[in-house]
Amino acid sequence: MLFKLGALIMHPVSKFVLLALALLFPVWAGAGNEYQVQVMAKSFIIIIAVYGFNIITGYCGQLNLAHGGFFAIGAYAVGLLTVDAGWNYWPALVAALLITGVLGFLVGAVSLRLREDYFAIFTLCVGSIIYLLIEKWDGLTHGVIGVRNISAPDGFGIVDFRKTNAMYYLVLFFLVFIVWFTSRIQNSLIGRTFIAIRNGDDLAESLGINLMKTKILAFVISTTYAGLAGALYAGMIRVLGPEDANVLQTFNMLMYMLVGGIGTLFGPLVGTLGVTWITESLQFLEAYRMIIFGPLLVILVIFFPLGVCGSFLVWMHRKAQALGLGPKKVQAESKVKTSGSQEANNNA
Amino acid sequence: MTIFLQQVFNGLTLGSIYGLVALGLTLVYGILHIPNFAHGALYMVGAFMTYFFMVDLGAHYWVAMAGSAVVVAALAVICERLVFHPLRHAPPIHDMIAAIGILLFLEAAIHAIWGSQPVRMTSPFTGMGSTLNIGGVFIRQQALLVIVAATVLVVALTLFLRKTMVGATIIAMAQNREGAFLVGIDANRVAMMTFAISGVLAAVAATLFAPMTLVSPVMGHIVIMKAFVIIILGGMGSIPGAIIGGMIIGMAEALGGFYISDVYKDVIAFGLLVVILSIRPQGLFAKGAH
Repeated sequence: MLFKLGALIMHPVSKFVLLALALLFPVWAGAGNEYQVQVMAKSFIIIIAVYGFNIITGYCGQLNLAHGGFFAIGAYAVGLLTVDAGWNYWPALVAALLITGVLGFLVGAVSLRLREDYFAIFTLCVGSIIYLLIEKWDGLTHGVIGVRNISAPDGFGIVDFRKTNAMYYLVLFFLVFIVWFTSRIQNSLIGRTFIAIRNGDDLAESLGINLMKTKILAFVISTTYAGLAGALYAGMIRVLGPEDANVLQTFNMLMYMLVGGIGTLFGPLVGTLGVTWITESLQFLEAYRMIIFGPLLVILVIFFPLGVCGSFLVWMHRKAQALGLGPKKVQAESKVKTSGSQEANNNA
Repeated sequence: MTIFLQQVFNGLTLGSIYGLVALGLTLVYGILHIPNFAHGALYMVGAFMTYFFMVDLGAHYWVAMAGSAVVVAALAVICERLVFHPLRHAPPIHDMIAAIGILLFLEAAIHAIWGSQPVRMTSPFTGMGSTLNIGGVFIRQQALLVIVAATVLVVALTLFLRKTMVGATIIAMAQNREGAFLVGIDANRVAMMTFAISGVLAAVAATLFAPMTLVSPVMGHIVIMKAFVIIILGGMGSIPGAIIGGMIIGMAEALGGFYISDVYKDVIAFGLLVVILSIRPQGLFAKGAH
């Protein structure tokens, strides 16, 4: 019974059901409830950033603790270009993508020469540098005062992106694009190369993979995602401060990714939405939420390192094998799983 | 010249604190082979424990320091038992994420108990008339205490590791895990002991330094980042490396903060790291692979 339900979720059509639900969400939330639409749009933005995080950390296995910093760079690029330089939103968004991409390339070229733990520490330091620069460089970033009155994306015709619903659909459009793009990456040779690197540097190299080139590619894709998310964030929230670059933002994204399922296609989506809405419904806990989420992170990583999506996929896989279903069906599901179940075996 | 000497003295003080924190971190790295991101939180808890014993319970500074060291050592051992031990066969990325979980929890817990407002702490060596003036160089007694205490601790730790059987097991484990198992060293005991030592070092460092700064839930952030910079500079797992690295960063910060820019003094340490890792990815003093 549960397996049937699972198979239903795995069905290709359910993606479109999900999309339809997302499209109808503002209608369902009702005209008087802009707040919920706002929360949803904001979490969509974060999801885009988490997808980027998932590419470098989930698929490629490199824990990049500067990810939140790149998000902030994207946001500040749009904020400063529109407020101080008087640009329109759209060229500023393109510039933000270029800036985060180029900076990602430069940081990646230096940091990816380091392995695992060194890389994590190095990127943590890069994240701190980004935070400190944003906080201290008054002349460029307005320091602790932050950037105010950032212009919203310019509308066209009757579409006005200062309205919450319009912004919601804009963000949703980018999110759908990102999910599609990520699924293309995951199913391509490049995606498999990323996963090969996660499973072992030496092994990947012996297969003829150019480690440095591939890692930098994954890094640049991930920082560009973060830049896109930051740019959208600046356009929606329209106020920025140094706290947006705090390392805690990266840790939050890490939690979303881990809850949803690290290295899975829908993990960032499930994790971010799940944690955001749980937090929203426990608002009285806002200040102390980390008392719950800190231990949760530890418990997840010890007992359920695959997260919601990863555990689900492994469970479906085992169930399908137990029921003796044809290899065709199993193969269709096994893309993420081969790596997922391998990790499960490692932990066993 | 006096100004320069003053900055050197300040650098020595900072370097001693950083060195102590980095020492705990590097010992744990030698055993676990992961950077313990929660180490800065242990440092922060150490400061709050001393504050608790001193202000709330009215204990003497030294008693409070000892109490804090015991509590934080116990906390570190609990972390090892409950979190890192179950993860010993997991990929390194899992340990790092778990360490971040501990960090978030400890910070939130302290925040819930004491609030986010920084608090001030005194010691018998601060207050009126505690600053000595030696030839124009102002020397705070607390700073002098920091340097002396750090030196004593480092010497004691080195003697412990080199001259006792128990210390030798820690070194053996850091040098070669499998080899240590083969000669019958109890891995659990060594791991717990290493964590306890790192906890003691963090608590003592925090207690020494806190009277000169403020005590707040976020005080660990910048210190732990610098400790990471130091152990990369000094080579991960190397004890002399941690001390020399601590001095380099302390001096760079004191001199750089004075001669280059006070606002960006925190950036200097990280900038140094970026430059060094760009030129030598294996760190300054590292001997090949770890």
